[in-house]
Order: sequence, then C-alpha cells, then structure tokens
Amino acid sequence: MHNSMLSQRHPCAGTDTACHRVLTPWRCKTIPLYALLVRYGFRKHATYVGAALAGAFTNSVFGILRAYILIALWQARPGLAGYDVADAVTFCFITQAFIGPMQLFGGGLGIPERIRSGDIALDLVRPASLQLWTLAEDLGRGAYLFLVRGIPPMLIGAALFGIVFPTGPGRWLTFLAGFAIALVISFGWRYLVALSVCWLLDDRGVAVLSMVLTTFFSGMMLPLHIFPGWLGDLAKALPWAAMVQLPTDLYLGKAPVLDTLAFQAFWAVVLLGLGTLGTRAIRHKVVIQGG
Amino acid sequence: MIELDRVGRSFKVKRNVVHAVQDLSFTVSAGEFVGYLGPNGAGKSTTIKMLCGILTPTSGKVRVAGLDPSRRRTALARRIGVVFGQRTTLWWDLPLTDSFQLIRHLYRVDRASFRTRLDELAETLDLGGFLRTPVRQLSLGQRMRGDLAAALLHAPEVLVLDEPTIGLDVVSKAGIRAFLRRVNTEQGTTVLLTTHDLGDIERLCRRVMVIDHGRLGFDGTLDDLMATAPGRSSLEDVVTHLYTGTTS
Amino acid sequence: MVRTYFLLLWTWTRAAAAYPASFALMTLLGFVTAGIDVAVILIVFANTTTLAGFSREEVLFLYGAASLSFTICDTFVSNIDRISQHIKAGTLDTFLIRPVGAWIQLTADRFNANRVGRIIQSALVLGYAIAALDLDWRRAWMIPVMVVTGVVIFAALWTFGGAMQFVLTDAPEVANAFTYGTQQLSQYPFSIYARDLVKGVTYVLPLAFINWQPGLYALSRDDPFGTPEFMRFLGPAAALVLALLAALAWRQGIRHYRSTGS
Repeated sequence: MHNSMLSQRHPCAGTDTACHRVLTPWRCKTIPLYALLVRYGFRKHATYVGAALAGAFTNSVFGILRAYILIALWQARPGLAGYDVADAVTFCFITQAFIGPMQLFGGGLGIPERIRSGDIALDLVRPASLQLWTLAEDLGRGAYLFLVRGIPPMLIGAALFGIVFPTGPGRWLTFLAGFAIALVISFGWRYLVALSVCWLLDDRGVAVLSMVLTTFFSGMMLPLHIFPGWLGDLAKALPWAAMVQLPTDLYLGKAPVLDTLAFQAFWAVVLLGLGTLGTRAIRHKVVIQGG
Repeated sequence: MIELDRVGRSFKVKRNVVHAVQDLSFTVSAGEFVGYLGPNGAGKSTTIKMLCGILTPTSGKVRVAGLDPSRRRTALARRIGVVFGQRTTLWWDLPLTDSFQLIRHLYRVDRASFRTRLDELAETLDLGGFLRTPVRQLSLGQRMRGDLAAALLHAPEVLVLDEPTIGLDVVSKAGIRAFLRRVNTEQGTTVLLTTHDLGDIERLCRRVMVIDHGRLGFDGTLDDLMATAPGRSSLEDVVTHLYTGTTS
Repeated sequence: MVRTYFLLLWTWTRAAAAYPASFALMTLLGFVTAGIDVAVILIVFANTTTLAGFSREEVLFLYGAASLSFTICDTFVSNIDRISQHIKAGTLDTFLIRPVGAWIQLTADRFNANRVGRIIQSALVLGYAIAALDLDWRRAWMIPVMVVTGVVIFAALWTFGGAMQFVLTDAPEVANAFTYGTQQLSQYPFSIYARDLVKGVTYVLPLAFINWQPGLYALSRDDPFGTPEFMRFLGPAAALVLALLAALAWRQGIRHYRSTGS
C-alpha cells in the first residue's frame, strides 16, 4: 500500500531505506486518521439535513434574484468582461453553490466556541496537528454541503435559466481541482479568523469584517472582472478571489489553467503556513501560559 | 388556589402516543406548602408547565388563582411566581439589578412597594454582594437566589418551584429552605415544590403528592406517607418503595 | 405594551453602553456591511449608465427607501427570528411566564442599538438620491408613506418568519429567504425581473409595495409592466392586510407551541 504511492526512482521506495522506515509509520497512522476525520466530518453534518436543505433553499432564492441583476447588466453591456449572458448566469449559480461548502458567510469551525469555553486546551494536547485535524473535518463538511446545499441551486439555475456546462471531462477535472484547492483556501482563512478569537475580547467584530471581505472580494456579489480600475486589480490578487472567482472561471473555461491552479496553490500554502504559526502561538498561550 | 380536575396531557412521539399525565386531580388551598414528588419522567415538569400556561392540557380543567392558565396566561402571570431550577428566568447578559428593574416594569409594581420588597429580599437572600454582576457570571447558588427574588418581587399569591435546590451545596440549600419557609408562613404564599431532594420535603412540606407514570400515586401528609411502608424508617426508603412499588 | 417594549430596548442599550469601544466598532462595521450593497450598485453602474431603463440615482433612490424600511425593522423587530434558538434551549418558556406578550419580548430580546448605524447609512443614501434627482415636490409625500409601509411589510415578514420557526425549528434559515431575500429583491428596480415574478410579488405576496409601486409614483415614471396608476397608492392597504395575516400566523404559532410542548 505505501510503496505504490512512491515512484520507482524515489529514494524512499526501497523497504530497506532509512527514509522509508521513518515515513511508513507516519503514513500508516496519519493518512487513515485524517481520512477517518473527513468521513466523520461528513457524517456529523449529515445529521443536520433540515438546516442544509434550508440553506439550499435560501441560496437558490438569492441565486435567482442575483441572476436577474446580472442579466440586466449583461443586456446593457453584452460581452462585458468576456462573458456572455449565459456565462454570467452560470457564474451566479455556481458562486451561490459555493456558499455552503466554503461557508462564505463565515463559521463552520467549532474553534471560537471552544476557545471561549476553554475546551481548546483539550484539542491542543492531542498528538495531532490541530490545523490538519480541523481541516480534515472541514473537508468532510464541505463535501456534504456541496452535495446537499451546492447542487440544488445549480439544478434550479439550470432549470429556470439554463446554465453553461463544462465542455468535456478535462474542464470538469480542472474545475474540481480548483474547487478542492478553493476549499482549502477558505478553510485556511476561516482558521486564522477563528484563532484570532483567542487574542480578541470581542470576536464579533472580526467575524463581521471577515464576512465583508469574503463576500465582497471573492466575486460572490459581482464577477471581479467588472470591478473598475485598481479595485479590480487588487481584488484579483487577494486570496478571496482564489476561493470563488478563480474556480468559477475554470468552470467557464475563461482562465488559464496552470496559472490559476498555481496561484490558488500559492494562497493555500501561505494561509496554511500562517495557520501553523497561529497554532503554535495559540498552543503557547493556552497550554503553556494557561490563558 | 390550585385546582386540577381530571387533567390529561398526551404527546405524539413518532406515531406513538405518550401519556405524560393522565386523569390527574388535586386541589391545593391557599397558604399550603405542598411537595410534589415523582421519579424522572413521571410528569412533574409537565404538570408545572400546565399550571403556568406554557402547556395546554389535552383534557380536563386547570384553575390557578381562579384563572384558566391556557386562556388567561398574562393575567395569571401577575399572580404567580415561577422558579425553574435548571434554567434561569433572569436576563443572562444583564446585571442582576437590571433584571429586577425589568421585572418591576413588566409586572407593573409601584416604586415604593418594589423598593421595600427588593430591600427585604436582598437582605434575606443576601444578594447585596452581587447585585451588579451579570447573571452569566454568578455561581449556581447566587443565581438561584436571584431567581427566587425575581419570582417574588411582584408579591405573587402562588409560588411554583421546579427543582430549586438542584446542584446546590448543603449551606445554600439550608438557606433557601429557610427562606421558603418564611415566605410561606409570613406572606401566606401558596407554594408548590417539585424536587428530588427528600431533605427539602422533610423540612418544608406538611403535605406531599407523588406522581408516577402520569398518575397521582399518593396525596396526603408526611406521616401518612411514612405509614404506607411500615417497617421502613427513612423517607428515602419509603419513597423508593413507592416508586418501585407503583411501577405498572 | 409600548412602554414595556421601549423599556426593554433601553435596558439592553444601557448594558451595551458599558462597553463603548465594542459598541463603536460594531456600529462602524454595520455601516461597512450595509455599504457593500451600495458598492455593488456603484460597480454595476461603473459598467453601464442605465440598468433596465433606470439611472444610477433612481436605483439608489429605490435602494435607499427599501433599505431604510429594512434597517428600521432589522433594528427593532428582527430579533424575533432567533426564536428557534429559544425553543431549542427551552428559554421560550421564560418569556411565556411573563405578563407580556411573547412577540414584544422576542422582538426586544438582545436589542442591538448599534444597528442604528445601518439606519443612518440608508437614510444618507436615500437623502443623496433625492438630492441628486429632480423629483416632483408635489409627490414627495409618498416617500415617508413608502418607508412606513415598507417597515410594516418587513415587520410582517419577520413575524411570518418567527411563526414559521415554531414548525421548522431545525431549519430557521428558511425565514431568511423571505426577510433578507425581500431586501435583496427590493434593492433594484423590478424592471430587471421576469414578468411572472413581478406579478407574484405584487398580487400574491405584496412586496412590490415596499418601494417599487410607490417609488414609480415618486419618480414620476410609468410602470414598464403597465399596471394602472391607482396601484401606486395601494401600499398601506397591502401592508395592513399582510400585517393582519402575520399576526394570525404568530398566534397560531404560539398556540401550536403551547399545545405540543417542546
């Protein structure tokens, strides 16, 4: 099982290498653990079907309302930003579908409550990375919400307005890759926001700020391509664009594949890196100082 | 003061009908101090809710202070005080004194009477030290005393308590019991006390009612209760016998 | 009853005033959050001069009026949509033992005075739009009527949302689709929507009277969908009917709670 994941020429391929001896137990214990956590995250949220369906309903309603705005705009300016009306409508419903899995309005992590109650100390003394642990559960949650809260708005958009579908399996794959990385990016950002609760007296402020930044700069309200001048340039460089705008452009085939995925991966690495630093800081504060 | 006449309350739980309370009848006269016992799930909380008007009975008649709780909820609310042991009736995020002020306005207590009553209650229950503390920062004992004061600020004729001493230490319990006794003897307030703590019953109640599986199993004085199981000397033994004996 | 309501509001405000920095921050953030919708409108109009036949200032006018009604309700009534939390925690009972109606207590529950920031923001946008447009002053009376009608309609929607939560206790978000959804709907002129949708929100659920129908009158414009002139004035009547229905739904909800327990 472990060997098949390495190429034949890899220095750790042989069972008698030191590298293999170090990596194997790590991989034996870790990957099954995190795979289990993803499944648990999925199952845990699968019990809240009612709430997820309610979310799907709300997202669909807003999708319909936003679609009309975009249609009116694209009728006034056909071909704006290289989209046609169908692209714009598709954009609208795909971004609505992202709301559940990426928790674009914030939340989805239990960390702030656990920080406030002090239970976070229990999480930090586990012999596993808090960040990876939380990420695994969040991916499980994201997978579930994509199915129950993401697909309905897309189906409704398709039924009521007609949306564009990717041409061929290649496009689907690049989209799914982009979507997966976007999930990680959204986690990375929300994780940092959640950790900040430890140092702030009132966490409502940072939650609202995060929501404002995410909804505005991700492209959820309007495609970032139509943001005028420097605002548009700025928006496209920020991590939130990588969460929503870029994967949607991959879906529509309007973005260069490798550049986009690389840009997304860059932000994923940066945010997770900051998350690691943040985890270290919180461990120091809570476990060592007893804060 | 409190009259239940063949009261029944059923719930539909996933296609089964659960009878929380069946054919329950009792009368509590003004000024009485009655204990209401029963094992978990016997129907005590359901009875309390019906007395307050939070829950409407599926059959039978309920009258508290002459009013039908399901029809005259707000009128009745002015004349009864309620303490839920496991939940507070105070405003969680506000200082205790703010809760009291709100109650003064909600129940339309005039300023003079309010002042006198609050001072009295604050003294008897020793609230002075934490009047300005937000309720969420109070200890359980402090919160319970706050809840008691809140329930009595408008001088109700009936006081209903649902497990008021749960989780309290020995000293706190003694204090609350003494307070309840005074309220009953000095103000003439009718008290209905639901509790799992038999010490409360022994020290406070002359009359006891036992409910099990929704039916009234016993209604009489404490002495009568002890007599139901001759040969058992402690109240705890007697009650255990009653609970296990009346299992249908 | 009104006195009780304002007393509750005052108590919550005083408690919040004990943390002035937090209060100021939340007011500012409220401003910013509300500002996003305005930013979206401005970005749309950075790409076009008219949207479905309406200019930027006309859209800001419609947005401002609807937003003013919405933010007023958001401040004074919206807390009622937290009722499912109370039902699940059992704290609704605490409201029911008081000699005051549950609706008043729930709408005042945890009143956030800092939301007034959003009201001010909406008023500013509306004020700007009125100043920038050359409105017929003889028709200006419709503007306050419009805002008040909007407040009543939103209050009714929130009450429906609360009543819904007695039954859909595990899915309170559905109510948001109606309250926040209506706000989203009203931000833009109805000429962008499909004819059937507009008919639905005029005759079935009278949301068109929040700002569209009366707004057409104030803007001295004809209805692109061709409805007769008298409909511009039906706002108050529609609001009243909706409010009555909402009150009935609420009473039904409370009755349902008291007869099934939690």
